[in-house]
Amino acid sequence: MTPVLQAIDLQVALGGRRVLQGVSLDLQPGWTAIVGPNGAGKSTLLRTLAGLLPPQAGELRLQGRPLAQWPAAQRARQIAWLAQQGALTGDLTVRELVALGRLPHLGLFGTAGPEDERCIAQAMGEAGCAAWAERRLSQLSGGERQRCLLARALAVQAPVLLLDEPTTHLDPPQQVAVVRLLRRLGQQGTVVSVLHDLPLALQADRLVLLREGRVVAAGAHDDTAVHAALTEVFEQALRIERSGSRYIALPDLG
Amino acid sequence: MTAGAAARRRLRAGLALASALLLAAGLAAGGEGWSPAALFQLLGSPDGALIVGQIRAPRTLGAWLTGGLLGLAGALAQGLFRNPLADPFLLGSASGASLAVVALLAAATLGGLDTLPGLLPRIGLVGAAFAGALAGVLLTLLLARGAQHTLRLLLAGVVVGVVLSAFSDLLTIAVPEALRGRQAFMLGSTGTLGWDGCVLLALGLVLLLPLAQRLSRVLDALVLGEDSVRSLGLPLSTLRLLLVVLLAAATGLAVSQAGLVAFVGLAAPHLVRRLAPGLHGHLLVVSALAGGVLLLAADVVARTLIAPQELPVGLLTAVFGGAYLLWLLNRQRES
Repeated sequence: MTPVLQAIDLQVALGGRRVLQGVSLDLQPGWTAIVGPNGAGKSTLLRTLAGLLPPQAGELRLQGRPLAQWPAAQRARQIAWLAQQGALTGDLTVRELVALGRLPHLGLFGTAGPEDERCIAQAMGEAGCAAWAERRLSQLSGGERQRCLLARALAVQAPVLLLDEPTTHLDPPQQVAVVRLLRRLGQQGTVVSVLHDLPLALQADRLVLLREGRVVAAGAHDDTAVHAALTEVFEQALRIERSGSRYIALPDLG
Repeated sequence: MTAGAAARRRLRAGLALASALLLAAGLAAGGEGWSPAALFQLLGSPDGALIVGQIRAPRTLGAWLTGGLLGLAGALAQGLFRNPLADPFLLGSASGASLAVVALLAAATLGGLDTLPGLLPRIGLVGAAFAGALAGVLLTLLLARGAQHTLRLLLAGVVVGVVLSAFSDLLTIAVPEALRGRQAFMLGSTGTLGWDGCVLLALGLVLLLPLAQRLSRVLDALVLGEDSVRSLGLPLSTLRLLLVVLLAAATGLAVSQAGLVAFVGLAAPHLVRRLAPGLHGHLLVVSALAGGVLLLAADVVARTLIAPQELPVGLLTAVFGGAYLLWLLNRQRES
């Protein structure tokens, strides 16, 4: 089966430093979590997959067609990207922010119709921010803003979702809610998320482990070879144990 | 209707009312101070129609239109640079216009305007200031190698501003006779605005405001960051270049007619965001309205505060603008 999104021998350098080297991935429907230590190149990989960073070598394919050949607007309807939370400027309301997710469909001059309104309402409902639709971003906490940004990405209704640290600033109940959402979205499309939190990442269908810009291991969440690589890459600071049908990561304090 | 929409409607109505009142006040404000009774008396006198129709009316309307362009330019600059303290003069338009005015004044002092080549004697100071403002922005774009990188654009704007100002200083030292004209330009004035200028300013506002509004969604999306705008399928580099062109045209037109009027472009969008925030489609229009009100209010005060003498309007806007910024700073510290 043709992968939805495919990376072939990617090389990416930033500021003269090689950040990704020989990265090849086949991303299929389901939820894939990209994990790895700080500086491993996780966010760079996600930006490259989104078409925001041109690779120096290698190729990206979306539905079998080179990503560079996709017109920008069409690509934007296929791939939604959530940035690692940075400085969010301006003073939009939550609803206005989420509505920006419809830009790939409306362009600069289109008017939002009932279908757009439905997608916006659905995205706010899924991300749990519908209750504050008319509140301004400046009145929200970091966690609440993160949920609004997630809703903005969901409002695109793209078959491929690339999410960089979607659980940042969230408290445990909200993290669990996002994990449940990602698992559900993974049943409908292709979800790729960068996660620092290993216990959360282990809830994904598939894991990709990066170290120093290379894929060290990739496989299903219950693949023991991936677990062994995780333990090794994180310098034995954690141990992975079975808990029911899933696995959990615990700090190994010796 | 939501509370935000109601606040926006109230602000638009308030600014429209303030504009109407200030336009009337502008007709009544003269050398003897501000008085509706004096206006009716003047209109009954033989020269009344001439004074009001040919001097006060175009000056009043021109001040409102200039303020409108500066308000629009300020909202564009602050959205484009994602910075509420961005000023419309950031990209070298002010220093470019200033240098062109000084160069023309120096040339006229040395040999007379008639000795200048080509169209220069005919385009005069207004044309020189407009061309200088656009040249300043063009130089900034060249140095920044386009509008792809915000930081590079801002840095290039700073460099152009400093270097062109240095050239203006150098010329003023070489030809001291140009100093007076440069000073008048730097302080800003609506005193020379006539109907020709009003037509140009009105045309500029009528053309630029709808164009800017068509691009307002880019400014909205920029709150997410540049990568997010690209991920939404928008050609950011091209759109940003278009926005810079609109910013340069609005600023150049305002500067060419009234000199460097400080703080209106900075304060107008700020006030709108504080009183009734919203999307850029709203912000651009209402900032233009607020800019018109601010500059016209300052102009009426400048004409009447020490009548029959006049204060340069740019001096007043700078003092009020500075006080406003200090107040803002204080509020931020308190919160």
